[in-house]
Amino acid sequence: MELILETLGLARSAELLALNPPGWGGNLLRGLANSLQIAFGAFGFGLVIGLFGASGKLYGGVVVRDLLAIYTTVIRAVPELVLILILYYVGTDLINQVSQAMGYGRVEISGVVAGIWVLGIVQGAYATEVLRGAIQAVPKGQIEAARAYGMPPTMIMRRVTIPAMMSFATPGLANLWLIATKDTALLAIVGFSELTLETRQAAASTRAYFTFFLAAGALYMMVTLFSGAIFARIEKWARRGQPSLRGTSK
Amino acid sequence: MAVSDSAAKEIQAPDEQSEAIRVTDLHKSFGSLEVLKGVSLTAHKGDVVAIIGGSGSGKSTFLRCINFLETPTSGQIVVNGEEILMRADGTPVKRRQIERVRTRLGMVFQAFNLWTHRTLLENVIEVPIHVLKVPRAEAIEKAKILLDRVGLGDKADTFPSYLSGGQQQRAAIARALAVDPSVMLFDEPTSALDPELVGEVLTVIRDLAAEGRTMLLVTHEMKFAREVATHVVYLFEGCIEEQGPPAELFGNPKSARLQQFLQTVG
Repeated sequence: MELILETLGLARSAELLALNPPGWGGNLLRGLANSLQIAFGAFGFGLVIGLFGASGKLYGGVVVRDLLAIYTTVIRAVPELVLILILYYVGTDLINQVSQAMGYGRVEISGVVAGIWVLGIVQGAYATEVLRGAIQAVPKGQIEAARAYGMPPTMIMRRVTIPAMMSFATPGLANLWLIATKDTALLAIVGFSELTLETRQAAASTRAYFTFFLAAGALYMMVTLFSGAIFARIEKWARRGQPSLRGTSK
Repeated sequence: MAVSDSAAKEIQAPDEQSEAIRVTDLHKSFGSLEVLKGVSLTAHKGDVVAIIGGSGSGKSTFLRCINFLETPTSGQIVVNGEEILMRADGTPVKRRQIERVRTRLGMVFQAFNLWTHRTLLENVIEVPIHVLKVPRAEAIEKAKILLDRVGLGDKADTFPSYLSGGQQQRAAIARALAVDPSVMLFDEPTSALDPELVGEVLTVIRDLAAEGRTMLLVTHEMKFAREVATHVVYLFEGCIEEQGPPAELFGNPKSARLQQFLQTVG
């Protein structure tokens, strides 16, 4: 093994990427774990916002629809980097002002929580539109049948609309998840030690930019490939009962 | 509540016990278009009422108003002696009441409307388990009997999209039977089917009629209506033009419009 690395001229890189100090591999993996934690949280938070947002846009009153239209338009119009700066500083500032007004001191806001809520709000705007489209794609007759058999609205949502829309929503949601994993890199700007910031620090300390950024790229790639496999399974499940377009049997 | 009390007394009739559905002076408008212009109809237990009429005569709308899939503009609807409370604009006063009444009206749609992400068995047990709170094992047992009965016992674990229209419609009838409906509503159950598949669905409906089920049947199958119905209603432009026993209505139509209609549909 060592001989192979030696002949390929990769011995130095392997040393730099070792998991234990002086290698920086451990730091990179910790950064990756932080990134995934935020992506997970933000995606989940975004889904919840999206579900309520889509319901509000489809079934809500005029005021609700207008407010949601402003939300999705503004969030999708402003570059994410700018949004992150605004939401992060404004958000932490607001929380501190409230806490001081209530007589508590300044509160330290955890980077993970801040990251989740900032990215979650961004994700929520996109998820609202993905889910709205998916709900509209559900054949009307299926919802009508549920009504005709006396299901109350919440049960129709839970038992018919959501399961039936999943096949339409999965491709869009898979996109959103991959965007969430990579948007975590933008949190480097507010000093959160996710994968990109860890990589930059390691690279700057060792001057081995190429090695570290290539390694980070490989990690992001692995996340994407793994996610792809998971979403393929989810999509297969969501599409149960629908004959494949290729005409193969079930 | 005083209003509903007096209204409830008004509908007290000697034969109320045997009444399954009573509709009085039902109006329905879509915008400025009045689709139903005061339709009244009473179905007694065991009746098979066939509703016929040309396209746009309001027959489907009438059926859909009975379980409030369409909100009537005005009128009175009584199901099993229970009046559905409506506001002045026809919207139901209590959502819960509509939901409860709906569980007793098994509806079969023109486009089947099975839930495509569920197998036939899952389609049939869905409402008994989640709406009527029947224990799961009991619901499954009953669903299997019903699927057997409509000739789909071997397809219980198949998804609807893999079946023919006739099979899907028979499954939809099993789904309707699973709630033990006091009245079955059929909204053109064979209109979306290929001609060679119509027969298998009509056979199932014929059996149900023979066992004395109360049914309201909107249909284009005149021969079938004549054969199974106990009462036939001919709608023309939102009004009942003529009604009566099938032999009389088909054999000796009085209204010129009905005569013409029967000639065109053969």
